[in-house]
Order: sequence, then C-alpha cells, then structure tokens
Amino acid sequence: MQHVATAPPAAPPMHVEEHTTTTGLNNRKVLMWAFLGSDCMFFGALIIGFLVYRGKWIGHPTPHDVFDIPYTSVSAFALLMSSLAMVLALAAIQRGDVKRLIIWLATTSGLGLVFIGGQIYEFTTMAAHGLNLSVNTGGTTFFVLTGFHGTHVTLGIIWLLSLLALAAQGKIKQGNSLSVEIAGLYWHFVDIVWIIIFTVVYLIPV
Amino acid sequence: MAATTVAHPLVRRGPLARPVAPTGLWSWITTIDHKRIGILYGTTAFMFFLLGGIEALLIRAQLARSDNTLIAAGQFNALFTMHGTTMIFLVVMPLSAAFFNYIIPLQIGARDVAFPRLNAFSYWVFLSGAILLNMGFLVGMVPDVGWFAYAPNTLKQYSPNLATDFWIVGLQVLGVGTLAAGFNFLVTIIQLRAPGMTLMRMPLFTWTTFITSILIVLAFPVLAVALIALMFDRLFGTVFFNQLGGGQPILWQHMFWVFGHPEVYILVLPAMGIVSEILPVFSRKPLFGYPFMVYAVAAIAFLSFTVWAHHMFTTGLGPIAVSFFAASTMLIAVPTGIKIFNWISTVYGGSLKLTTAALFALGFVAMFTIGGLSGVMHASPPIDTQHQDTYYVVAHFHYVLFGGAIFGLFGGIYFWFPKVFGRLLNENLGKLHWLLTFIGFNLTFGPMHFLGVDGMPRRIYTYPSNMNWDLWNLVATIGAYTLGVSVIVFIVNILSSLKNGKWAGNDPWDGMTLEWTISSPPPHYNFATIPTVHSRDPFWLQKHPELGGHELMSDHGEVTVGGEPVAEVPLPDVHEEAHVDPHSIHMPDPSYWPVVAAFGLFLAGLGVLMGGGLGDIVFYPFIIADYVSGMQYFAITGFGLFVLLVGIYGWSLEPVNG
Repeated sequence: MQHVATAPPAAPPMHVEEHTTTTGLNNRKVLMWAFLGSDCMFFGALIIGFLVYRGKWIGHPTPHDVFDIPYTSVSAFALLMSSLAMVLALAAIQRGDVKRLIIWLATTSGLGLVFIGGQIYEFTTMAAHGLNLSVNTGGTTFFVLTGFHGTHVTLGIIWLLSLLALAAQGKIKQGNSLSVEIAGLYWHFVDIVWIIIFTVVYLIPV
Repeated sequence: MAATTVAHPLVRRGPLARPVAPTGLWSWITTIDHKRIGILYGTTAFMFFLLGGIEALLIRAQLARSDNTLIAAGQFNALFTMHGTTMIFLVVMPLSAAFFNYIIPLQIGARDVAFPRLNAFSYWVFLSGAILLNMGFLVGMVPDVGWFAYAPNTLKQYSPNLATDFWIVGLQVLGVGTLAAGFNFLVTIIQLRAPGMTLMRMPLFTWTTFITSILIVLAFPVLAVALIALMFDRLFGTVFFNQLGGGQPILWQHMFWVFGHPEVYILVLPAMGIVSEILPVFSRKPLFGYPFMVYAVAAIAFLSFTVWAHHMFTTGLGPIAVSFFAASTMLIAVPTGIKIFNWISTVYGGSLKLTTAALFALGFVAMFTIGGLSGVMHASPPIDTQHQDTYYVVAHFHYVLFGGAIFGLFGGIYFWFPKVFGRLLNENLGKLHWLLTFIGFNLTFGPMHFLGVDGMPRRIYTYPSNMNWDLWNLVATIGAYTLGVSVIVFIVNILSSLKNGKWAGNDPWDGMTLEWTISSPPPHYNFATIPTVHSRDPFWLQKHPELGGHELMSDHGEVTVGGEPVAEVPLPDVHEEAHVDPHSIHMPDPSYWPVVAAFGLFLAGLGVLMGGGLGDIVFYPFIIADYVSGMQYFAITGFGLFVLLVGIYGWSLEPVNG
C-alpha cells in the first residue's frame, strides 16, 4: 500500500521476456509435440476403424473398385514435396531471409491446395461411381478417415497463409522463427499421416 | 473503468483489448489466473454434483421397494444415464481439474500454468459442453442410453429422438475442453518447475496430475473418434455400427472402452495424489516409498491401455483375448497394491492427527481397497460372467469412484480450502460430514454387493417382490438419503466457514510442499521470488531438518542418522522474501478471446443439434420453419466455427498486456 504515496514504479517493459523453462525448450513447441502425440491416437483410431472392416465390405463399389492409384500418387507427391518447401521456408527465416520465407510458405500452401483440390476431385469422382458415406463400411471408413486428414491439411493451409500474411507485414523475423518451426512440425506430421494412409488404404491390395 | 486503462499508452486498444479491472463479473469471465479458474471449476463441478446427486436420489427413491411406480421406465433410463455421465464428466473430472488448476502451479513453484488463456478456454469449453449435454431437459429429450451408450441401441432406428445427440455433442465438446486442459498441465509440469525441482522431487499430487494429463492426451482422441463415428451414423447415414451396411456394433464397445478404461484412472489418479499429500502431513512422516509410488502410478497408466476388453468378457471375444485381458487386468492389482501398502506404511508409526482431511484420506484407502478387491474378482472371466450387468458391478465402481475419487476430493477440499480462501473449514461440522458420508456410503453401496450376487440386474427400473430384494434396496435408499444429508452439512460448513471460519495463516497443517510457504490466499503472482528446491518436501525439511527422511534426495547428502543430526545443513530457501517489489512482477492481463473461442465451439455444437432436428422443434411454432429446415441449420455450425477462428486469431495476435 505504501507504493501509492511514492513515485509510480518504472514503466513495465513492453515485451515480456520468454520465461526460462525447466527443460530449456519452448512451451509452445512442447505443446505441439504433445498435440501430435494425441493426434496419433486420433488417426490411429480412424485407421484401425478402416482396417477392422477392410476386405469385409458388403456389395459394390468398394474403395478398391474406384481407386485411381496413379492419380492419387500425383497428389500424394505434391503433398510430400510441400514438406520440402516447408523445410526451406524454415531454413530461410532462420537465416533471416523474409523474402524466401514468403516464397516457400506460398509454395507449401500452394502444394497443399493442390492436394486438397485433388482430394475434392477424387471424392467427386468416387461419388459419381457410387461410393458414398453410406453404401457400405468401405465408403464410411474411407471417407471419414481421408476426410479428417483433408481437414487437417486444410487447417494447416489456413495456418501457413496466416503466417504468410504476418511475414508480408514484416512481423516474422529471425528471432521468432519458432512460429514457423511449430507450424512446420504440424505440417510434416500431417504429411507422414498421409504416407501411412496412402500405403494402408490405397496401395496394399485386398 | 476507462480511467484505469492508461497504464500502457503506447498500445492501441481494440474493441476486445485485454480488460484490466481486477473485480466484478467481467473480471471473472475474462480471467486467466489459474487460481480463479480453479475456483470456477470447483464451483461449477459442485453444482453438477448436486444435480447428479438429485438424480441419484430419485433413482434410489424408485428402487426403495418392489413394484414401485414413482418413476416410469423411460424416465428411469434417463436418470441413470445422466447420473453416470454427470458424475464422471461434470463432477469428478472438473473437480480434479479444480485442484490441478489451483494447486499444481503452487506446488511446482510457478506463477501460472504454461498457457493461461488456454486454461480459461478449457473451463469455458467445459461449461459449454455441460450445458449442451443437459439441454435435453429443456425439450424433454434426455439422454437415456446409459453412460457408455452401446451401439446399436444408440443408432437412429432405435433411439430416434434427439436425446442421444445431446449426449454425443455434449461429450464431444467436453472432450475438447478436457484435451486442452490435459495439454496445458502436461506442458506446465514438464516446463515450469522451480529450479531444483527434479522429477523425483515433485510432490505426488503433481506426479498423478502429470500422468493423468498423459492419459487424457492419449485416451480422449479415441473417444472423439468414437463420438464422430456415432454422430456420422446418426446424422449422415454412415454405417460404422450399422449392420445394414456391414458395420459391427461391437466396434463401438472396443472404441469406447479403449477410452473408457484409461478414463477410470483419469478419475481416480488425482484423488490418489491428493491422498498421498494428506496422509504424510497428518502422520507427520514423509510419504513411505515415494519412488515406488511414482513408478506404480506410471505402471497403472501404462497398463490401463491394455485392459479395455475386460468390460467385454461376455461378448464372445474368444479364449485367447479373454485370457490376455484377464491377465493384464489382474496385473494392475500389483501397482495398486503397492500404493495401498505404501499409504498404510506412511500412516504406520506416525503421530496421527485425525483432522477431517485425514479422515477422508483414510476413508479413501479403506474404501478404495474394497473396490479394488471386487475389481480383481471381475478380472476373472468366469466370475465376471456372473457379475456382468448386476448390482455387484454397480457396487464395485461406486466403491472405486465414490469411496475412492470423491472421498479423496473431499479430503482435498478440507486440506486446501484454507489455502484457497484463507479460512479453515469447521472441523466439527467436517467430522460430522465425514461420519455421515462414511456411514451413508457404506449403507448405500455395501448392500449392492449382496443384491448383485443374488442376481439383481443393474438399470432395471423396478423388480417384483418375490425376488426378496426389498430389504437391501431399502437399506441402500436409506444410505443414499444419509449421503444427501451429509452434503447439506458440507454446504452449511462451506458457507459458514467462508464467513466466520478461523483464519488459517500460511501453513495451518505444518505442510510439506511449496504451496504452504506463501500467504493464504496466495497473491496474484503466487511467489514473489521463485523458490529454489533442494529436496523432496522442501518446506518440511526446512522446518524439521531433525526429522530427516530425505537423505537420498537432498542436495546436501546425509542429514540425519537415527534421528541425530550429523551435519550442518544449509537449509533450502523456500521462504518468500518481501524484498521483491510485487509491481515488478509482470503477469499477463485477462483476455476476452478464450470466452469468444469457447462460445464459437458452443455454437458449432448447437448447430449440429439444430441440424439434427432441434431446429425444427424450436422453430416449429413459427413460420420460419417453412423456410429453414433440416440441414440448413448446419449453417449455425459454420458460423460457430467462424467465431472460433476469429477467437483464435484475436487470441494469437493480442499483446500480452492490454
């Protein structure tokens, strides 16, 4: 209370320093790793849901009746290449190169959009061939699994474009490259999940 | 209020800039202080405890005698479903979360959790989910499929009205809040421990919170998938559990129990941690076998993911699966037994002070042991086949979750109430509360063992008199109403002690851990100086170096031999020094965005319900029903997700201080 009478305390600093943590790691980074662990269980449950019914589908079309492996391979390749672009984006900002950060973020999200566009076209084609959510457990588990993966990619694109907008305003500098690194962790994870889905769902013959 | 906001003139203030008023309704709605959020969690959970308790009393009133007609069969289904769901998701979990919030940062010597705004978000999402779950009461469609909601009973053709949708959406939203809290406490405990507090110096309650957070992070996504599958089956015509499209209803049981069994430990581990804090303090001895306790908690958590199918022994899993799950279930008794023996050894030879908190903790050990023993019986498939869906199972899980979790949580309330509110709870009323709870609890659930082995099925709304189940059912009902009286005593105690309770001071119980080194209630910033920790139970060692017991864990080597001090020990410095100017401690300001984001999620959930049929019901009297119907209501979900997105943007971009 005696502070009221005395001179006001020095103006508080405008930037609160990053608190030192027990492990020395950044809190948000640890949070992202925990989230990815959690998301493993999420996709694990969805993938197991697919595997439980795999090959026991009633009637036609089954997912394997309508797969177009070469087509999906191309969009899978686009998604994998986006991971490379993501790595280059992070490397750029760690050097302090904002211009290349913007270029590579745009490339990453562009390749992500190619993947999503491909998925929309793929879903539409499959629906035209009669595979839908309710035709059999094949349609159900395929669309829900790949649909939630697509949702993850879409959220990732929104995130990357938000970072791009911030970078364009000069708000992402070498010092806070961590924002890009954490988005990258998420992006790579979503890519790895697709490798598993593509192998398990598409490539292994029934 | 505007006049008080000029502290940082350089920051432009937007429409939802961080509010800074220290009191008033908005200060609570926008708070990101872990202590206030803890109080919000605790108060809300207690309200739902009363609601779930009333539901239980109605169930017991109906079962008090044979051929009773007080409550109809359908209402009875709704009552036991909502009782179970409420007590698990809206009482025990948020009450545990209240302790996580209030106590963990204090125990690890931190100023707040790692993500204060995420913490506020967790609470508001929890409240949103709780409201969505209970909304069915407003339109007379109360969830009535049991707390584990087995398919195919939950599919549209068997549960056509919206009741099940309220359950699905409510739980889905609750799960989001729980996951957010799980992430937050996981990161907080990994990252924000005071200097010197190694993992093996963490208080046991911190340990159980840590492990519980891991369980939440790994188990709740599976529930989310199960609920998504069920929701899609009901709303969008998928066939996950629908045999017409080749789906197998049993998949629901697997998915639900892969979540459901870790959930049991999510419910009981925090209470175990609380008891492990209370017993040493009132035995005036450090916890016996601390490392074994830690490893036991970790082992229980690991094993909890390998036992789910013991809920499904009667579904025809085949002998190999049944043998495996029987063995893994019995294995869990080993770490659990280690914990029970360690609690007993902690009390053994101690100078016991039988406060209310200690009585509840001892009650926990005794009641949990009984519940654990009946649990080991279920682990044996032939016995389980007899017990399946009888009152024996009801008796078992109430001994674990009421005799266990609730006793532990009540103990925690008596133990930490003085830290939270600065005043002690009345010990006489407290002991009366304990006595009534102990007697009422055993009267209610003890006889259910007899009823169960006599073959009384759970979830029947009445029974004929020639079954001879009248006597024990009447005893159980009397016990339940005794519990009701005990809760009234507790409420009286809380209300009167808040006003007239004795001032507690910093350290009313001669505590062992860091939270007792600071004032009661703690200041906004908790610790003026972040303490440095040199041993387990640092405050205890500082006050009572002669009692020792920490030779192995102290920085300073041997402290005592046979109770005789053998060395001059520099005492760990955990006392708060006043030489730090509190104004120099910089805490983030409150924020509107967590509430905005949570409200978005609430709208998204509401939109699903509206699209599922609630819209037509709500707007039926109005002309609008002719223009808007069915799937168009899902636009509300879209709008809700947009609000959520706006909330996340506002959250990410706002400065630390308004």
